[in-house]
Amino acid sequence: MNPANYVLLSALLFSIGAIGVLVRRNAIIVFMSVELMLNAANLAFVAFARMNGNLDGQVVAFFVMVVAAAEVVVGLAIIVTIFRTRRSASIDEPNLLKY
Amino acid sequence: MTGGEVGTGEAIVFWVSGTLAVIGALGMVISRKAVHSALFIALTMVNLAILYVANAAPFLGMVQIIVYTGAVMMLFLFVLMVVGVDSSDSLIETIKGQRVAGLLLGIGFSILLVAGIGNGLMETSSVGLDAANAAQGGNVEGLAALMFGPYLIAFEVTAALLITAAMGAMILTHRERWMPRRTQRELSQERFASGGHPGQLPPPGVYARHNAVDTPALLPDGSTSDLSIPEPLRAREDVRDVDQADIEEVRQLSAGSSSTEGEDR
Repeated sequence: MNPANYVLLSALLFSIGAIGVLVRRNAIIVFMSVELMLNAANLAFVAFARMNGNLDGQVVAFFVMVVAAAEVVVGLAIIVTIFRTRRSASIDEPNLLKY
Repeated sequence: MTGGEVGTGEAIVFWVSGTLAVIGALGMVISRKAVHSALFIALTMVNLAILYVANAAPFLGMVQIIVYTGAVMMLFLFVLMVVGVDSSDSLIETIKGQRVAGLLLGIGFSILLVAGIGNGLMETSSVGLDAANAAQGGNVEGLAALMFGPYLIAFEVTAALLITAAMGAMILTHRERWMPRRTQRELSQERFASGGHPGQLPPPGVYARHNAVDTPALLPDGSTSDLSIPEPLRAREDVRDVDQADIEEVRQLSAGSSSTEGEDR
């Protein structure tokens, strides 16, 4: 087996996350799909670090995790705020931003 | 394990954990309830942590478990509880055919990615992290040397980002108080001014034979108190009659005949 299989797995997970973002309408599940895409990217970074023989990829994966944590905090706060005013967690509802 | 090529043991770990991770990801997209989605993606994240450890990244594996399955998933579940557990997807499509188009696009994208990577990477050889880890004495030491060396500025900016995110979350979820907080005195005055029953209602009667809530309480003069019966029972006239002997006993007691106390019972 070749370590490139990890990159293939990461591509598969990334695509599943992309499908989730495109298909699902619940804001929280869309958010989980974004998290899945970030995780898939992390797996690719870790696999590339191993294939190239230096630790830079792992450092970048660590930074991605930190950014993802910050993103989750702000995104969930936005979802809670929208839910408070609209009583809905569907991403089809808040379309009044365009007016 | 940290070598460039994948041994048999690692191949087994890859196929088991990788399959579980894909199952978790698919379950997350497919399941209708948001809580099930959260549990499925937690499965994916734990399996990704195992794959990180198999990929000579034990530090990242631990961080993955602590940050993702620990903090992030708990935050997700917390918000799910706030927003409502049963908030499922609406089946109405705002844009016509968007679901099918998204699915086709995603499948096409995945075929493109997998085929491209399969073509491009399958012939590459892998160096392995043995030398890189040994140079500083270990994986964590090696990461620290990079993080506090060439990546120091990025690390510092990360600190600013985290503080900004915490501030943003606090500001976004902050609810402004429009009216001054009502004091206990105001609440009490309001309760009495409305003219209702300010205290608690009398409890239902409790006797040796009945302690059900449909038994009315006896007042000292022998009559029964309607207020002691819960409203729905009163509306249905489902009130149990009081035994005549009990009424007689209460009448005797209220007449002040202290000699009967403690004799019959």
